[in-house]
Amino acid sequence: MRLSPEERAILAGDRGEAARRALEYQVKVGEFWGAERFVPVTNVHMMGDIEVMGDGGLQWLKDYAALGARCAVGTTTNARCFDFAHCRELGQDAGEAAKEHELIGCLRRMDVVTTDTCINYQTVYQPHLGEHVAWGDTGTVIYANSVFGARSNFESGPAALAAGITGRTPEYGFHLDAHRKGSFTVDLQARLDDLADWGMVGKLVGEPHQSYFSVPVFHSARRTPSADELKHLGAALASYGSMGMFHYVGVTPEAPSLEAALGGREPAERMVITDADLERAYAAYRLGDGDARLVVFSGPQQSLFEMKQLAGLFDGRRVKEGSRCFVTTNGAVLAQARALGYAATLEAASVTILEGVCFYILQNLSLMRIKNGWQNLVSNSAKIVNIIGAHRFNTILRRTQDCVDIACTGVLK
Amino acid sequence: MSIRVERAFGEAVEGEAVVSEEGFSPRYDLDRWSGVITKPGHKLEGVSLKDKICFFPTAKGGIAAGWAFFDIKWKKIAPKAFIFGVTNPVMVQGAIFAGITITEGWTPHPRGEVATGDWVRVDPVARFVQVLRRNP
Repeated sequence: MRLSPEERAILAGDRGEAARRALEYQVKVGEFWGAERFVPVTNVHMMGDIEVMGDGGLQWLKDYAALGARCAVGTTTNARCFDFAHCRELGQDAGEAAKEHELIGCLRRMDVVTTDTCINYQTVYQPHLGEHVAWGDTGTVIYANSVFGARSNFESGPAALAAGITGRTPEYGFHLDAHRKGSFTVDLQARLDDLADWGMVGKLVGEPHQSYFSVPVFHSARRTPSADELKHLGAALASYGSMGMFHYVGVTPEAPSLEAALGGREPAERMVITDADLERAYAAYRLGDGDARLVVFSGPQQSLFEMKQLAGLFDGRRVKEGSRCFVTTNGAVLAQARALGYAATLEAASVTILEGVCFYILQNLSLMRIKNGWQNLVSNSAKIVNIIGAHRFNTILRRTQDCVDIACTGVLK
Repeated sequence: MSIRVERAFGEAVEGEAVVSEEGFSPRYDLDRWSGVITKPGHKLEGVSLKDKICFFPTAKGGIAAGWAFFDIKWKKIAPKAFIFGVTNPVMVQGAIFAGITITEGWTPHPRGEVATGDWVRVDPVARFVQVLRRNP
């Protein structure tokens, strides 16, 4: 890689050992991908929690913080694995909770802003067209690239932290124009009335095209999608397809037309998604023994409008005795949901609201499943239905109203 | 028999091959306390990746690989190498952070060239993977 005088100085230790190590690591990553240089970033979003980092990661972070590591640009955190107010009730490990506190303390000493959210793009920071950022998780990245027209690769926890420390990231992947053009088209003929439908589109498009550099171009939709609908679409594309970007003709900033989105290239494939495709996919989920005692609204965390919708659907109803229904969101949304009465309505219906977490990364989730005898997990999130498999849930995607009905009746159809 | 790879990082390693027809994510598919693939229905369900040379056609998801690879290396249940057909930045960032050998791109496709149980050598500098012994 070609390094600037400032970058050579960082490698020589002029900004301290922490920055030197971070840049040295970034050079290795950049060289793997053939990056020629670094680009400055204005914002960083990183994953860092004890469930994914483990004891080794925590020790590494403590050692790194002790070097005097400090973020050079605004750096926020993704959803974590503990809502401390609920960890005892959920049967989570007190020792691991203490480590999570320790980990959060380390991050704050490094000037990381612990927002604990996977919807930073809805609540914390909205980059502009062409702005280089270094974000993770994948749902945040695909939203940044596609909806804002900003530029980010999937940045894992260590890579994002390094970007926060050095204020730059290697220029490869979606930082380059060459990778931002559409590669195939998707004619959206389905009605897409529910958030789950948008996630299902992400599954149907992502699953057969598992490639980071595959960029679908959606067109012919019947109406303008909302931010939450694009959130579920993007999160599912990233999850099922490992995709980092999509275009949506007339909606996303780099797709004023189909031709512009494709950059003058012929699409490698032309997909069509119809109502029948969606119904077939919903019908294909195995219902196992019919267990309907766990319904989850999470992955991504709920926006204020999703909280409002859920409050409306649960108003005057109650989660069936013996069942559990979880909603996860971030602190900012929850504060407003409390002020507006949505949270009270949900809690009156025996819905458990978890703050600052995502359900699938909860510490001790496998044991939680075993202890509660849960077989099935029902959700309106196509992403969580895909990613929670290692905990051995049988997962079922259903529309939002259906999920509420299942939570309140215990009947799975 | 050898397979050329397009991009590579890490030390040269030898080990037993595990060849998957399905992609991989350490968060979606792997039990990070045992090193065994536990996602129901995954084509390698029940297979341990510890000390293996793992061939995956694609990467799935997910940001978690960055810390997860370091975590499984710390727990001494990590593979020796990941050989991807197509990968994503997170797998690379995670493997480099953890010091696990990783490659991307293969010619020819390992299907029919390498089988699970074969003993293989990965040389990132020379950018090839070589079958040293066939699984009898």
